[in-house]
Formats: sequence, structure tokens, C-alpha cells
Amino acid sequence: MEIKSMHFKANASATLANVVLQGNLKNAKGKFVTKRAEAIKDLDDFEGTRDAATAIRNKVIDNLDLWLECFERKALDTGAKVFWAKDGAEVCRLVTEIARSHGVTKVTKSKSMLSEEAGLNQALEAAGIQPVETDLGEYILQVDNNEPPSHIIAPAVHKSLDDVADLFHKVHGTPRKTEIPALTREAREVLRGHFLSAEMGLSGGNFLVAETGSVALVTNEGNGRMVTTMPHVHVVITGIEKVIPTLEDLSTLMRILPRSATGQSISNYFSILTGVKKPEEHDGPEHLYFILVDSGRADVVGTDFHAMLRCIRCGACMNHCPVYQTIGGHAYGWVYPGPMGSVLTPLYAGMENSIDLPHAATLCNQCGIVCPVSIPLPDLLRKLREKQTERGLRPLTERIGLRVWAWVAQRPKLYALGASLGVRYLKWLAGDTDRIRLLPTAPEWSLGRDFPAPQGKTFRELYAARQTRKGATT
Amino acid sequence: MPRVRVGLFVTCLVDLMRPRIGFAALKLLETAGCEVIVPDTQTCCGQPAWNSGDAPGAVALAKKTIAEFEGFEYVVVPSGSCGEHVRIEYPRLFADEPDWRDRATALASRTYELTDFLVTVLKVDSVPGDHEGTVTYHDSCSGLRGLGIKEQPRSLLAKMKGVSLKEMNGCEECCGFGGTFSIKFGEVSAAIAERKCDNVHASGAQAVVGGDLGCLLNIEGKLRRMGDENTRVLHIAEVLAGDA
Repeated sequence: MEIKSMHFKANASATLANVVLQGNLKNAKGKFVTKRAEAIKDLDDFEGTRDAATAIRNKVIDNLDLWLECFERKALDTGAKVFWAKDGAEVCRLVTEIARSHGVTKVTKSKSMLSEEAGLNQALEAAGIQPVETDLGEYILQVDNNEPPSHIIAPAVHKSLDDVADLFHKVHGTPRKTEIPALTREAREVLRGHFLSAEMGLSGGNFLVAETGSVALVTNEGNGRMVTTMPHVHVVITGIEKVIPTLEDLSTLMRILPRSATGQSISNYFSILTGVKKPEEHDGPEHLYFILVDSGRADVVGTDFHAMLRCIRCGACMNHCPVYQTIGGHAYGWVYPGPMGSVLTPLYAGMENSIDLPHAATLCNQCGIVCPVSIPLPDLLRKLREKQTERGLRPLTERIGLRVWAWVAQRPKLYALGASLGVRYLKWLAGDTDRIRLLPTAPEWSLGRDFPAPQGKTFRELYAARQTRKGATT
Repeated sequence: MPRVRVGLFVTCLVDLMRPRIGFAALKLLETAGCEVIVPDTQTCCGQPAWNSGDAPGAVALAKKTIAEFEGFEYVVVPSGSCGEHVRIEYPRLFADEPDWRDRATALASRTYELTDFLVTVLKVDSVPGDHEGTVTYHDSCSGLRGLGIKEQPRSLLAKMKGVSLKEMNGCEECCGFGGTFSIKFGEVSAAIAERKCDNVHASGAQAVVGGDLGCLLNIEGKLRRMGDENTRVLHIAEVLAGDA
């Protein structure tokens, strides 16, 4: 997917100015946060489960090559084929080749963020193969001129009921419907034909189980089952970090994933798919392919950002992020929004292409608290800021400003002088009022709020005066 | 019992913007029987440098602060944010300098946010001031999630006869300040602050109280821009000291 993260600030402004979108975001916020909080309560020991989930993910990413080889061996034993893709271009090439080798003209897809990373739909279309998104959210976006997703588990969360009603009326040419069940039915009727006619199904994978060579899929709409069992070819695309050791580990992770994501104790559908259809079986694909994708992941192993590979893509960090809640996902400009996206985008799509993202957070650590695999997201964002500074990627004025400030702050007398001059300047700006309407030294502050006026003198001045008075009276 | 010798770290924002918060902290500690010293060479703990990716600047300021304050039995800070930086981040700044790491760790273990110190260490049973009216408490992020400051200020407010606490929705949510975030992404920051202010208004409280001046300046600035001239914005130290 084309990266637009360098326009973060302009994108964020546009989002804030969009009244309809602001309404949609406010509605979505409460649902995710409240539902998760409720769902977490039914776990006897959330922290214990979280520690166990963290340990499982650490075990894998600390020996990723080993677990991938285990998975590959087992998957081959079940009759699947395993391919490795270095980047998105290789994903597109491999999927196109697989499709062509089976004479495929239409591919049904369940949700895969990796296919978004790779820009797979565009590549398939260019090769004359029709991709059909079957996750309702993804379908809505696809028929809306291939709009990118704004959330990793609820891709069309930025749209309202009215938006979808207008869209379906326009693209399906049907009378405008206003009830959710009627709109859902309409999408199902359209998709049914595609499910029946597609020769190949393509899915992501929430986890790859090394012990059995299986892929685990967590979905809510049932489309995942149609995509993975009806066509005679099934292609799974996942990142290499999605492997886990055992089914036992899967059960631990499944206690925490749906609860963190949608606040469900278990998703409506949960599939563990293993191997190709056996002669005595009635359904399932005759051909199963795994495409295991690097796209920057291997380079993260062993770095300061290693912990990020634990991510199980629940979306809790963005659901709880004050910045995401305010501007939504599109402003982040690539596949992954919110705190996890602000770490992943610089790592996978280039630090120089996403200068703002590590700074687009208040470091409130709400994300770190809710992360089901204990990723210290604020620490990682801060570390990225440090890397940017080291590489000279921050604006020169900011770098010089910080250096000068830190230099002065190490010299108490100079600092005291600067502070008392600064305070007098601010007091002068405020005049005889208690606030500054336009702050010339930091105009961004006063875009949307006033700057309260300082008291007038610094603490150190007043304290020194008090000590002198005390000395005089004793 | 010998008097507890406390170094007061005023914080750069209080020094610049609201000296009265520093004096209120002084009053609270002295009333509780502490001997309070305010080193006059103190400047900033270095958190803005650390959060902006300037590790060398952050390390230099941490060393300066450690040297100034390590002689005290306790260090008290009227801010969850600066307190968190000293307590949690300082030891992590010196991965490659074991001597400094030990000094940082020692200082960290003796550094407390003001209300935490009054409740956890001094176990005060009264506070010097009183305050008439309804207040709502904003839990600042670093204090709450970094240091576990939640009940401490509330238990102190409960010791004041005239104060009635009206909790707001989302009291634990970020106000949008975020240090330099507020001047890098002013519009987003102010939009987050607006949600906080809406919650303050919905609580019906006459004043919003918090333990971090950064958040308070942000909330006050937004309330005034929204046309609210009445809701008072107060630091917990001012309220407890009876200076508000």
C-alpha cells in the first residue's frame, strides 16, 4: 500500500474538521473500550493470562527461525505447500502465479492486513484476476472505490450507517435501506454469488500452529469459513511472526485475543484449518498454500523493537488511544494505525517516510496497559524518536532548540536568568488578563486553546526573597 | 522522632508558571513536620529531552539532578510526571554506566510524588487547609499509570470537611497535553482536551483538581477558550494547603 504517513498532520487536521467522521469516531470509541473492560472481568486472572500470552510470544520471537521450520515441516506433512516471500512484491507475484496455475479468474478474500501491506488487490486486478473482499467492512471499502481500512479489526469503523446506506444504494442500484440487518442481507446476497463462483480463497491467519501445521482464524461473520472451505484452492498469507508453538498455546492466546479486540469471550467463528481435503472428507480445499511473509519483520528481530513482534493484532491499543480516538485511522497514512501502527510503520515502511508518527502520541501509556502481550508501546515510540534524532531526521530548528535548552538547563544561573526573562515576556503578552490568546513562541498551542498567564515571577525568585526576609527577621 | 529531611524538587513548570504550587507543597511538608530544603541550582529533570529523543541531554540533566538531590532522605515532587521520570526512567537511562545506575536507583527509591509521600510515607492524618466546594479529580497519566497515584489524592481530599468530590467520566483518560505533543500537534491535543473539558462540565464540579501542572494548564486553556470563565483549575497542593 502506498504510504501517506508523511502527511500525518494535514490528514489529522482534515479529520478534525470532518463533523460526520467525528461523530462516527465518538460512537465507536465507547463500544470498544466498554466491551473490553467488561470482557476482561470474566477472566479470573487477567494479569496472569497476559503474562502467559507474553511468554508464549516471547518464546516464539526469540527463536523465530526454529519455530518457522517446525511449522513448515508439519504443514508440508499435511499436504500444504509453503512459500516464503521477502516483501509485498513477492507476495503479489506468488499469489498471481498460484492463481494462474489453477486457472483462477476470481478470488474471494477474508480479511488480511498483509494483503493491504502488499497492495495485493491492485496486483490481482492488473493480472486480470478479480479479488472480492468478503469481510463486510472490507467489502464496504472495496466497493467505495478501494478506500483503505481505518482500523485493523474494524476496517470501516469510520463509516456510519448512513454512509453505508448511501453507498449500497449507489453501487448496488437497489432502494436505499436504513436498517443494519437489511444492509447486511443485501451484502450477503451479493457475496453469495461470489462465494459460489470463486475458484480460489485467500485468507490471513491469526496464528500458525507449529505443532500441527495449522492456521487459526478468528472471525465474526462466517465469511472466513466460506473463503477457506468452498474453493478448491486456499492461500494463506501471514507474517512470519504469527507462528506459535502448540494448540495449548493457542488456547491461552484465544482467552485474551477476542476479549482484547472486540470484548467477546470468543469470536462467533474460530477455525483451526489443517491440511488439504482428504479423500474421505467432504469439504476443504484440494490445494493449500502458505505464503509466509517477511516484509521487514526479520530485520526487527534482536533490535530495540524486538518486543513489537509479539503483537497479535487485537487493536486494543488504538481503541484506547486518545489520539486515535480523536482522528481515526486514516490520518496515520498506512496499513496500521494507532500506537502499534506508529511503531510498525517506521519499521516496515521507512522511518524517513513517517517522521511524525512516533511523535503522534501523548505517551499516556493507556496502550501499554491494555496490550494483551505487554508490549511497552510508549517506550518503543520514545526509542524511535531517539533513532530519528540520531539519524538527523527531525527538523533542524527542533534539534537545535532541544540542544540549547538542555545546555542552558545544565547551567543554573543562566537558566534562572532565562526563566525570569521568559516569565516576564509571557506576563507581558497576557497584559492585564489571566491568559494569552496567541502564543508566538508556540503557535500550535494556541490554535485550539488559550495559554494561562504565568503568576509573574519564578518560584526561585520568590523563594530567594522569602529566605532573605526570613534571614532578616531572625 | 527526628525531623524527616526532604529535598523539594519544584519542577520547571511550577517554577515558571505557578510558584504558589511550590509554596503550597512547602507548607504541606513543613506542616507535616519535615525539614524542607529547596536546592537553588535545580532546573529540570530532563524528561522533555528524553521524550523528544535527545538521550544525551536527558542523561546530562539526570546526572545533574541526582547530584543535587541524592543527599536527602527523601525527594518530593509536586508532579506525577516528573516524579515518574525520576522514579522509573532514571535507572533506565544508565544502562552502560553502572555507577550512575546505582546512584539513580538509590535516588529513585527515595523520590515520591507529593500526595504519595504525604499518604504512604508520612501517613498524615490531617491537612492544613480547607476548601469549600465540589471538585472533580483528573488522574494524570504518568502519576496514575506510572506511579499508581489514584487513591492518595482522594484520601487527602476526603480529610477536608468542605470538599465534595464528584468523579467525572473518563477521569483516567489523557487530557491531550503530552508535553511537547501539545505544541507539535496543537489541534489534535486541543481536541483531546475538549473531551476532557466536556467530562469536567458533565460532572458539574466547581473545580477540576489534578497533580500535574502540564495537564492543568492544558485543561484551563481549553476551558477558557470554550468560554468557561467559572470552572476553577487547581493543583492538589494548593487545595490541600488551603491556598486555593
